[in-house]
Amino acid sequence: MAQPLTKEIVTKVAHLARLKLTDGELDLFTTQLGQVLGYVELLNELDTSAVEPMAHVADIANVFRDDELQPSLPRTAALSNSPKTDGKYFIVPQILEEG
Amino acid sequence: MPAQLSSAVDLIAQLNRGETSSVELTEGCLQTIATQDPNIRAFLSTNADAAIAQAKAIDEKRKAGQSVGKLAGLPIALKDNMCVTGVKTTCASRILENFVPPYDAGVVEKLKAADAVLVGKTNLDEFAMGSSTENSAFQVTRNPWNLEHTVGGSSGGSAAAVAARMVPLSLGSDTGGSIRQPAGFCGVVGMKPTYGRVSRYGLVAYASSLDQIGPFATDVASAALLFEVISGHDRRDSTSVDRPVPASSQTVEQPLTGLRVGIAREHFAEGLDREVEAAIQHSLDVYRSLGAEIVELSLPHSKYAIATYYLIAASEASSNLARFDGVHYGHRAAKFDNLIDMYSASRGEGFGPEVKRRIMLGTYALSAGYYDAYYLKALRVRRLIRSDFDAAFKRCDVLASPIASTPAFRLGELVNDPLAMYLSDIYTISANLAGIPGLSLPCGLSSTGLPIGLQLLAAPFEEEKLFRAARMFERATEWHTKRPK
Repeated sequence: MAQPLTKEIVTKVAHLARLKLTDGELDLFTTQLGQVLGYVELLNELDTSAVEPMAHVADIANVFRDDELQPSLPRTAALSNSPKTDGKYFIVPQILEEG
Repeated sequence: MPAQLSSAVDLIAQLNRGETSSVELTEGCLQTIATQDPNIRAFLSTNADAAIAQAKAIDEKRKAGQSVGKLAGLPIALKDNMCVTGVKTTCASRILENFVPPYDAGVVEKLKAADAVLVGKTNLDEFAMGSSTENSAFQVTRNPWNLEHTVGGSSGGSAAAVAARMVPLSLGSDTGGSIRQPAGFCGVVGMKPTYGRVSRYGLVAYASSLDQIGPFATDVASAALLFEVISGHDRRDSTSVDRPVPASSQTVEQPLTGLRVGIAREHFAEGLDREVEAAIQHSLDVYRSLGAEIVELSLPHSKYAIATYYLIAASEASSNLARFDGVHYGHRAAKFDNLIDMYSASRGEGFGPEVKRRIMLGTYALSAGYYDAYYLKALRVRRLIRSDFDAAFKRCDVLASPIASTPAFRLGELVNDPLAMYLSDIYTISANLAGIPGLSLPCGLSSTGLPIGLQLLAAPFEEEKLFRAARMFERATEWHTKRPK
């Protein structure tokens, strides 16, 4: 674990997380996340090589249901909170370059 | 005395006897909100007209002798991370500032079916990430007992609303103590059910394997009633558990014989405020006087709970909050260069600092090269923490502990030191990792007049036992009758 957290790593993580951060935020988070990562080193005291990971407390897996047709949200309701819509679709910026 | 000063259970009796009406109660609550909330700031929104209309309809139903729901006519507030059709649900975040859900959360359907009156939505730490409600993008909620102190969090608005008797009941969500800790700080009863007991459908997700909705009330019996109403299987939440809901409101008055109250020596370590420790010791004396046996035991992995929690919760949050991308709902930046930049700019503008920190921590912990060392490691320790509780509950019925190492801290005291704020969750966080139910109830007042909370924990699905054990204590003490001035 113990690798110092640099501003470069934080910048890369911010990109992965799709978060545009200011320079001030990058500096602050580099310090603060470094402190938190330093703290969680505590877990290395424990030998967990023989312990199964526990992703979930409830022993539920693969909850199936019948594939039945059911009413879903009307289109107008589904689009009602969209930042940009033409009433039929969610509108996003152009992705492909024009040929 | 205004009617809404009574407990929810008493109010239902008064409504059934015709001594008050839902309209009178709802107007009383709205009036108290109008006078108290400018100081406390528990509410992000109220829906007065809809609430009065709903109250009127329920009064008429009752008068006509029609059958009414278990909470018929009772005003209730909801933490603003639960969806209500047509009612703004912000999560106290700029990114959802104008979000109006087109559907009801599972718990909201159940409240409506029980004829409860929804009066408003309460403040929280943005996306339920925080322990003081200071991370709200919109306002800081102040503790009704002392306006210079925090209400705790993240369900601080819901706790304060009940503490100041603005409503008799409210709902919160608890991912690492977010119901129990503010209940303790505000001198009310707050309860986190077993994971899977209450549907999370329509609760805006923070950390899905830890989140659970639960009740706030002024007393144990009312909390038991609200718990009973919101519990039960919901096929729209695949982690919701299909098993019978205990009739907690029917059994809560029955004392437990041969009760074994466990105490973990790790919970009385250094850093515990002396007055808090004295209040907890006194609580144990109360249980002894009621015939309970106090069992000393150990939860050896307690000290790893916070590190484990913040890795798991942040990892889940980074994944859950990926949905806020400025496309389907929520804030979209006005200026951007391309699609990726639109995502990044929208999220950069819309999220507050604590949410960004947790997304960053989670993204880091899940990223290539670190996944095994952080996320997987935390999942392994999580199993050890759960095993500690499994062993403990073979020797006791409930575990008693402080809810926090101090009474409510001052506004501004911890908010600029994220790690210190995380460390303040030490007593509550393990219950979420283990998925067990827990409850906070008033057990003292500090010399400066701030409430002190007693936490009780029980084995999975033993909520009924939890409420009965809590009610035994409450009946023998008067702390729950104390109110802020």
